[in-house]
Amino acid sequence: MSFVSYLLNGISLGSVYAIIALGYTMVYGIAKMLNFAHGDVIMIGSYVAFVAINSMGLPIPVAILLSVAACTLLGVTIERVAYKPLRHASKLAVLITAIGASYFLQNVALLIFGANTKSFSSVVKMQPIQLAGGQLNITGETIVTVAACIVIMICLMAFMKYSKAGHAMLAVSEDGGAAQLMGINVNGTIALTFAIGSALAAIAGVLLCSAYPSLTPYTGAMPGIKAFVAAVFGGIGSIPGAFIGGILLGVIEILGKAYISSQLADAIVFAVLIIVLVVKPTGLLGKQIQEKV
Amino acid sequence: MKKLSKTTKSSLITYGIVVFAYIFCEIFMRTGHMSSLLKGILVPLCVYVVLAVSLNLTVGILGELSLGHAGFMCVGAFASAVFSKCMMETITVPTLRFALALLVGVVCAGVCGVLIGIPVLRLRGDYLAIVTLAFGEIIKNLVNVIYLGVDSNGFHVSMKDAMSLQMEPDGLVIIKGAQGITGAPTDSNFTIGVVLVLITLVVVTNLVHSRTGRAIMAIRDNRIAAESIGINITKYKILAFSISAALAGAAGVLYAHNLSTLTALPKNFGYNMSIMILVFVVLGGIGSIRGSMIAAVVLTLLPELLRSLNEYRMLIYAVVLIATMIFTWSPSAIGFRERYSPAKLFHKREKGVQ
Repeated sequence: MSFVSYLLNGISLGSVYAIIALGYTMVYGIAKMLNFAHGDVIMIGSYVAFVAINSMGLPIPVAILLSVAACTLLGVTIERVAYKPLRHASKLAVLITAIGASYFLQNVALLIFGANTKSFSSVVKMQPIQLAGGQLNITGETIVTVAACIVIMICLMAFMKYSKAGHAMLAVSEDGGAAQLMGINVNGTIALTFAIGSALAAIAGVLLCSAYPSLTPYTGAMPGIKAFVAAVFGGIGSIPGAFIGGILLGVIEILGKAYISSQLADAIVFAVLIIVLVVKPTGLLGKQIQEKV
Repeated sequence: MKKLSKTTKSSLITYGIVVFAYIFCEIFMRTGHMSSLLKGILVPLCVYVVLAVSLNLTVGILGELSLGHAGFMCVGAFASAVFSKCMMETITVPTLRFALALLVGVVCAGVCGVLIGIPVLRLRGDYLAIVTLAFGEIIKNLVNVIYLGVDSNGFHVSMKDAMSLQMEPDGLVIIKGAQGITGAPTDSNFTIGVVLVLITLVVVTNLVHSRTGRAIMAIRDNRIAAESIGINITKYKILAFSISAALAGAAGVLYAHNLSTLTALPKNFGYNMSIMILVFVVLGGIGSIRGSMIAAVVLTLLPELLRSLNEYRMLIYAVVLIATMIFTWSPSAIGFRERYSPAKLFHKREKGVQ
């Protein structure tokens, strides 16, 4: 029975990784950049929700909406101020700018909220479900997280497949120059991608802090890196890939912690990643790009 | 006097800067104008310069993004600290002990570089970056759980705790898991650091200007073209990567021998450190060895000099980072610089006179 409950915990953590990874993978697919500040957007989102609930006393749905709105605005602003001037610069320059943005957000949070750990109260008020005569305990957070992740993924896939903006995103990720010639507003599309990615980050932040309730300015950094690993694991740029990668990563991490060593859990996650990439260099669902001479 | 070639002159200028900076610091230190804070930062400064120059070999010359450089530093640091602690009684001359420890650290990190390079260098671009990041984290995590002891029967290794080493009563625990290595000799000083910086510079500049270096740069510029003229891609890639790793190991040795307690924290050997080294390299100019050296010094000193601003200093650091990148790379900033650059203004005025 303990195996099943570990598995459920893993899927729950993996769902959070998957939501973050969806944001990573979309931004990567379109802007071809690693947005290192993504993890810190999560942290800011959690702080906004924390302040809205604890200091302003707003009801939980309003607080979540506020957090989503704040992160969307933040994501678009970062893109406009820091990344847009570097659209045609070298990849490494953009990477360093993203690192700068990440430091910036961490230190702003440090200045405003201080280094003390805030204990985040869960936004899920659902009673845990007891199965198998009380041996298996499924918390409300697990159910809500997994459900949210599945709903988000289905919505995103439908958005990419059926909406005009989704088609525009696909076109820009395929060939930005050609998309512009076809009359697609490339800058607008990239801004929209950042907006969606950051909104997802806010949701992920709230869910992450509901399950693991300690909030510091550095809360977002490690989940951000893990989600990036998940996105690469599943094949970066692919939406189902990010989902599968996230879930697998969460499950491996929790099972590794439970059965092998709690200190080595991260090492196990990374070792699995290396094995996958060495065997299949484009990730699980990544497309092989033929190199032209 | 024989006329020096352009590359020799450029390398000599780089060495000259280091020697000049060393003399300058020594004078300041001897005359007592240096605060203890700055004195404490001199050896770490050398560590960062060596790291930045060595990472520039991977990022600038080989053209592959590595986010796990701190991992090699970690290997070098721990291997050499174990050696120094074992040899503490046997070899009593600190400089000799440091030189041997350096050799141990460099060889261990270099071997790690080869072992990691073989699978990793098959990948390209961001995939390579994430795998190097993963390796760095694995090394850090492994070091944190290893217990190593030595007694009359030889070495004992365990991943659980100090008790499970099952040592003789005369045994000595060297690595205590997450507590790291305590009581290793602190053999390094500023002079040794500067000598190490000079050695690193000589190795890297000579490599870059050799036939091997040109082959490596050919791979960076066009892999397929380089392969078609008969350059052994795998060999040169692994060569450059492992030399870079070995030099990072040397930096680790210097780092380890500057501290009496060595622990593997996310702060000193985690991906944050790797990213910080990458920031030095990119801000200094990718491929420019002198640039990464200067960037490492400036960016290490900047937070210290801004200490009076307390909590705002890291914020300013972040803003400097973003602003520098935008100023160097954004098209409008490039246009602005071209229009108002001092050289151009001067040139125009000259023309006007004519």
